[in-house]
Amino acid sequence: MSSLTNEEIKDLLYNMLKARRFEEKLQEMSRKGQLYGTCHLGIGQEASGVGAALAALHDGDLAILTHRGHNQTIGMGADLSVLMGEMLGKEQGCAGGRGGSMHFFDLEHGNYGETGVVGGTYPIACGMAFTQVYKKTGKAVLCCSGDGSVNTGNFHESLNIASVMKLPVVFFIENNLYAMSTPVENTMSVISLSDRAQAYGIPGMTIDGNDALEVYEIVTKALEYAKSGEGPFLIEALTYRQCGHSKNDDQCYRSQQEVDNWRQEDPIYRLSEYMKENHLATEAELYELERKAFDDVLVALNKAQDMDEAKVQNVDRFVYAE
Amino acid sequence: MNLQELSFREALRAAMREEMEKDPQVFLLGEDIGVYGGNFNVTKGLQEEFGKERVVETPISESTIVGMGAGAAMTGLRPVVEIMFADFITLGMDSLVNHAAKFHYLSKGKVDIPMVVRLPSGAGTGAGSQHSQSFEAWFCNVPGLIVAAPGTPAQAKGLLKAAIRNNNPVIFIEYKKLYDTIGPVPREDNYIIPLEESYVERKGSDVTIVTWGPSLHVVKKAAGKLSEEGISVEIINPLTLYPMDMKPIYESVKKTSRLIIVHEGQKTGGVGGEIAAKIAENDAFNYLDSPILRVAGKDIPVPVAKPLEDEMAPGVADVIDAVYKTVGLS
Repeated sequence: MSSLTNEEIKDLLYNMLKARRFEEKLQEMSRKGQLYGTCHLGIGQEASGVGAALAALHDGDLAILTHRGHNQTIGMGADLSVLMGEMLGKEQGCAGGRGGSMHFFDLEHGNYGETGVVGGTYPIACGMAFTQVYKKTGKAVLCCSGDGSVNTGNFHESLNIASVMKLPVVFFIENNLYAMSTPVENTMSVISLSDRAQAYGIPGMTIDGNDALEVYEIVTKALEYAKSGEGPFLIEALTYRQCGHSKNDDQCYRSQQEVDNWRQEDPIYRLSEYMKENHLATEAELYELERKAFDDVLVALNKAQDMDEAKVQNVDRFVYAE
Repeated sequence: MNLQELSFREALRAAMREEMEKDPQVFLLGEDIGVYGGNFNVTKGLQEEFGKERVVETPISESTIVGMGAGAAMTGLRPVVEIMFADFITLGMDSLVNHAAKFHYLSKGKVDIPMVVRLPSGAGTGAGSQHSQSFEAWFCNVPGLIVAAPGTPAQAKGLLKAAIRNNNPVIFIEYKKLYDTIGPVPREDNYIIPLEESYVERKGSDVTIVTWGPSLHVVKKAAGKLSEEGISVEIINPLTLYPMDMKPIYESVKKTSRLIIVHEGQKTGGVGGEIAAKIAENDAFNYLDSPILRVAGKDIPVPVAKPLEDEMAPGVADVIDAVYKTVGLS
């Protein structure tokens, strides 16, 4: 059974729906040529993204995200209009048009932003976790990454340092089976990437990343473990990216059959079914949540469209701190 | 001013000690910086004084060391990171360039990165091509970073204290051959040399020489000899190489009408080229009586054998030759 209340589970689903609708809207705008620049969508990965983010948010912990971090950003409570504004290059966007899709920031909710370099989150997360020990805040850091990152030097350096220093960090790795187009079996000789935790003397677990409730429970426990002074914890969340890597991806490296099979495991569908079966929500209530998420994204888009264009005269602002 | 004779190394240590005493958020991070005192003995004794919590030793993992510094800085600490040899920052460039230098901009100013990265740099120790490089030019091409390079013990102390108090990532270029040099250093806790202010080291009227780090001493020697011949050299030390305070350089060039830039780092793509270009874009250019000259490190990997290594870096004779050339005596 979940430790979440019925209302909290509804809220979890609602955030997953918001993330899905937000990204589908981006996909649509991108196809119509209404978006400048690239974006990396996590359609199909909402359970892992939003579930993990919710665990961090509930505990008041900190997070750092990857280029595919919209699900987590929305899961941690960012204002959709500010994100949409950033996508449209608006002055009121979260970075005022300086960052775009790969650099969402939302410090108010403990979200220290996305980084566009694969593996870049590991060292930063170690430093953020070091601060928590140094200042005795009692908080932990959720370090998000994907399967592609586990073969970078940063993964190995940082897991080792975090282990040696007993840093309160949870390495949360979404394994969506592909590093861009390269399947994981071509890049790793271990069956489970969580096996690698053993090499650093830390606990590692592979979980069903399309089960939002399981993700929430395990990440919550891992964050508690990290905060107890035991050091880092590694979680591999198995999931699937139902969309392409970025807007230029024709997905020639995988079959439609494979994608269709994974759609049967869609995380939003699974959580909705769970809620119906366990009488947590009626069909009508679920429909209402879906409609609300849909409306929220449209409202955010309208708001973003009304924002000021990023001011060219401010282009060199924030290069340096005062 | 209350002065004491300190080595460059001791001056750096004094700066760190004073800033650590003043601000509990300041801590040191790096390889072998504890009991061992760092490869060049700069942090000797500081772990004993401040404990392992504040003088933090790491495995050999430069990317994570620099990234950890950035992550700690983003969340409210003020790390002073030591990279054992500047050459090894190549392994930490992603953390430095893609992360530390960007997060303030990408967060619309909400996140600061008050981090110092100390880089023992340059030749003169017979350590060879992977342990003797001068990388300052690289960092001067990364907006978001500040690059400082002291030339004397007093500058080492004053600039490092300013760097630690600054809210941006500061690359601190420490030329290894300066570590044993001795000079007067103010004792005051608040002795600060502001970043981004160039300093006129020596007044002169015939030729302006811009230089920093160990080349400062080479140029000073050359200037002493040239003054005996009646040639008056003005020496300007930018101290902060990026962003550079050009005003005193423009003014000096307008006065002397001649400019030479001297640095140990390789000539091609070096910082000297940028200074020359800035002069070319400024009305100071109209005052020049002869072409701008650069006396810089040869475009070669740093060799080990002493005569070869000496040949790589600018020497007193090279500077004097350049001055003769620019005043029309050669």
